[in-house]
Amino acid sequence: MTDQAFAPEEQADTSSIEGAIDYLKSKYPDAISMDDREGYEGIIVNKDKLVDVAQTMRDELNFDYLSSATGVDYLGVEDGVDHLEMVYHAYRTSGGSALVFKAQTERDKAEIPSLINVWRGADFQEREAWDLYGINFAGHPNMQRILLWEGFHGHPMRKDWHEAYYEQENKPFDSRWPDGHIHRAEEKNVFGKNVNYPTDIDLNRLMDTSEQGVYESMGLGVDVERVVDKDGLETNELVVNMGPHHPSTHGVFRMVLTVDGETVTSLEPVMGYLHRNHEKIGERNTYLHNIPFTDRLDYISSMGNNHGYVLAVEQLMSLGKRYNHPTYRTEVIRVLMVELSRIVNHLWGIGFWLNDIGAFFTPVLYFIQERERIMDFFEAVAGSRMMCNYMRFGGVFGDLPERLKSVSNLTNDRIRDYNTMQFLTEMINERIPQTIDELEQLLTQNEILIERSKGVGYLSYEDAINYSAAGPLLRGSGVAYDIRRADPYSIYPELDFDVAVEQDGDMYARYKVRVKELRESVRILKQILPRLEATKGESIWADGKPGTHTPRVPFGESYGRVENGKGELGYYVVSAGGKGGSSNPWRYHVRAPSFINLTPLGIMSKGYKVADIVGVLGSIDIVLGETDR
Amino acid sequence: MYGTGLAKGLMLTLRHFVESYVDDVRYGFRKFAPSTDNFDVRQGTKGKGIMTVQYPDEKVAVPERFRFVPFLVVEDDDHPTRSGKDWCTSCGICAKVCPPQCIWIVRSNDPDTGRPVPEPEAFFIDIDICMNCGFCAEFCPFDAIKMDHDYELASYDRTTHHIHDKERLSKPVSYWRSIAPTRAYEEMLERGTWEHKDAAKEARRGKSTRGSAKPAPAAKAEKPKAEAKAAPAQEKPKAEAKPTAPADGETPWNDDEAKKEERRRKALERKKKRAQRND
Repeated sequence: MTDQAFAPEEQADTSSIEGAIDYLKSKYPDAISMDDREGYEGIIVNKDKLVDVAQTMRDELNFDYLSSATGVDYLGVEDGVDHLEMVYHAYRTSGGSALVFKAQTERDKAEIPSLINVWRGADFQEREAWDLYGINFAGHPNMQRILLWEGFHGHPMRKDWHEAYYEQENKPFDSRWPDGHIHRAEEKNVFGKNVNYPTDIDLNRLMDTSEQGVYESMGLGVDVERVVDKDGLETNELVVNMGPHHPSTHGVFRMVLTVDGETVTSLEPVMGYLHRNHEKIGERNTYLHNIPFTDRLDYISSMGNNHGYVLAVEQLMSLGKRYNHPTYRTEVIRVLMVELSRIVNHLWGIGFWLNDIGAFFTPVLYFIQERERIMDFFEAVAGSRMMCNYMRFGGVFGDLPERLKSVSNLTNDRIRDYNTMQFLTEMINERIPQTIDELEQLLTQNEILIERSKGVGYLSYEDAINYSAAGPLLRGSGVAYDIRRADPYSIYPELDFDVAVEQDGDMYARYKVRVKELRESVRILKQILPRLEATKGESIWADGKPGTHTPRVPFGESYGRVENGKGELGYYVVSAGGKGGSSNPWRYHVRAPSFINLTPLGIMSKGYKVADIVGVLGSIDIVLGETDR
Repeated sequence: MYGTGLAKGLMLTLRHFVESYVDDVRYGFRKFAPSTDNFDVRQGTKGKGIMTVQYPDEKVAVPERFRFVPFLVVEDDDHPTRSGKDWCTSCGICAKVCPPQCIWIVRSNDPDTGRPVPEPEAFFIDIDICMNCGFCAEFCPFDAIKMDHDYELASYDRTTHHIHDKERLSKPVSYWRSIAPTRAYEEMLERGTWEHKDAAKEARRGKSTRGSAKPAPAAKAEKPKAEAKAAPAQEKPKAEAKPTAPADGETPWNDDEAKKEERRRKALERKKKRAQRND
């Protein structure tokens, strides 16, 4: 640290968010103004000074972690000022809440300087903003589409972009009731006629141009057969496309590798094959509609997805006058569900990572036995095994039933009937810990596993933070950053658990972090059990009665984030007036851990063998439903 | 020593191999027997090893809250006054809360008065679009749309079979009470009667306007069930009505085997009919 940092008045000042903002204001008086719109927080930075301000934030104020960077289109919200806005949430890895800063630009020829040299984690997020909003980031080395294909016309998240044959701006659609004569959308929207091609695209040459971008960004010539490096020398490097149809990529995901013999010299992830513009759909939906859609992001741990979203909307609702916090019982049930799904997530993550490195399906089947029982529990409580759709604003769908009972119907005759609390107690005290013990017995000391995974896929402490890695990937590199402790939510402050952390930064360290987290989750669940008993009979609804389908969401913005199994899952929600009305979110952004955790994949893979790459990808633990959104 | 970790792991796989037969032995290899008494033990927290359910010969019963494509509640055929009548009042809330917007309702107007009739003229659900979220059932103020348990909806032609119309969607109240007895019971407590909200209201109104000389026509019927349950709601308004509502002591999950069997037989018949219609 420099001497300046130890100057007493500065240190006292900047520890709080307000202090930090004051410091920035005094240093850049012209460039910074407070964001005083109703319900908004943070500062608006003049885009010409953005890089300097960000540099100061990182180096002098220790906001070393860029969590989320996303665009918003304010078209027609205020009269006369249509602009695009980039919203950044920066955090300290020592903990605390966010410093929110924004940069605005006009809608035509939108341009904002890139922050990639301050936080590498901005890389994919800025590309996404370019892709969906058409904001050009000056200074970004690889400014091209990331989720959509090269031939896509326009930037779909802009408010004036409408999909072909779209029915109406916002749900609910007027054609459904009271005069709902059905028609199939397919009949109107005939395949092949619903695509607008940009005029300057030659359809016959499309493949070439889109591939060119990927290879050029890797510093390669276009001719894949004969790779030529920048200096024009012919080399023996090969380009290998792993995926999109490759069993180890956990879905449709492509990695373009250049290999020198068996050694990987560079890697570029290519994604978007499962892209459906979840966020555009989310802006058309009402607040309530979005809950089941979040299930479909990371479908392994849908309870966690629900939780993040309802937290974000509840934060917004709390800006209003008539708002009651969720009851204690609701919070207890939510934590119970989320921790169970974290266990499911880690068992699944470890299991499939083992598939990738060669322990084909034996371990994962052992783990799935426990997962099955947890799923049965979800099914009996929430109604569905994977798409739980359980959390509501200010409550949950229903209290835990007395008995987890199945009813015979038609020919479904294999009946199960358990006492809920007994089932939970036995699962948490006996079965799950036993499975974790078995997992460790099978794997932790296993010499083959250790040789495959130790020292492979190394990610350093500094890189992990700078690349905005999250979850076990971040903690496996020695950064003790867990949102449940660093920026607590729900009832986590009163629960006793440790942040799992490992120093080595390799695949094995990430495995160990996951095992530790499994144990911590069990520890949390053991504390949840008596709380469940104690709160029995309490209402699960904040207002004492079930929430309505039209929650009151006042104007403003909120960023709700949770520590999901895969890492930090954040929802940035804006409620604004204008044409959208306030029953639909104006902006709904998902900070997807699976997506941003791929940013460091390139540096993690460099120098390792091709066979290790599948393992490195597996150790990040991605779900493509969340990556591509 | 190198290899100890491996050996330990292999011991575990061996144990798993042995354990997969422990329960088989304990239950005398009754895995495939028609008796189901060992099923929930082996699938529960004490079960060891793996047990295969021989789908479609055997099926695991689903929990009450299980949700699949919705159905519409109509009165039972043997209802004294409202036989076959929709519970749906075509208020349109389900269509509004539906996230993928797969519900289409036509509300009809009375030709004479021009006012909406509280009954849907047509009701469609495109089950290809339905995401089984259950919002329609959750927010329906009349308990008129419910999530079904019948998940075998595969067909050979999705364009013709996958838009469910009112006829296909409609199922009697007794069906709902058979697949979700506890929840149906809870809903009854909330409404204060087993009857539809409007029917109960009408019955009450009938009684108060016509005086005590003429008993309410809805309640006076050959069906004692309906009478017994509607009665307390009529006499004691509001708070008192709730606890006394299930006065006949017949909680739905205590049905005897014969009744259950009857229900199952009826459900199977319906299913067969539907299958024929599909062909």
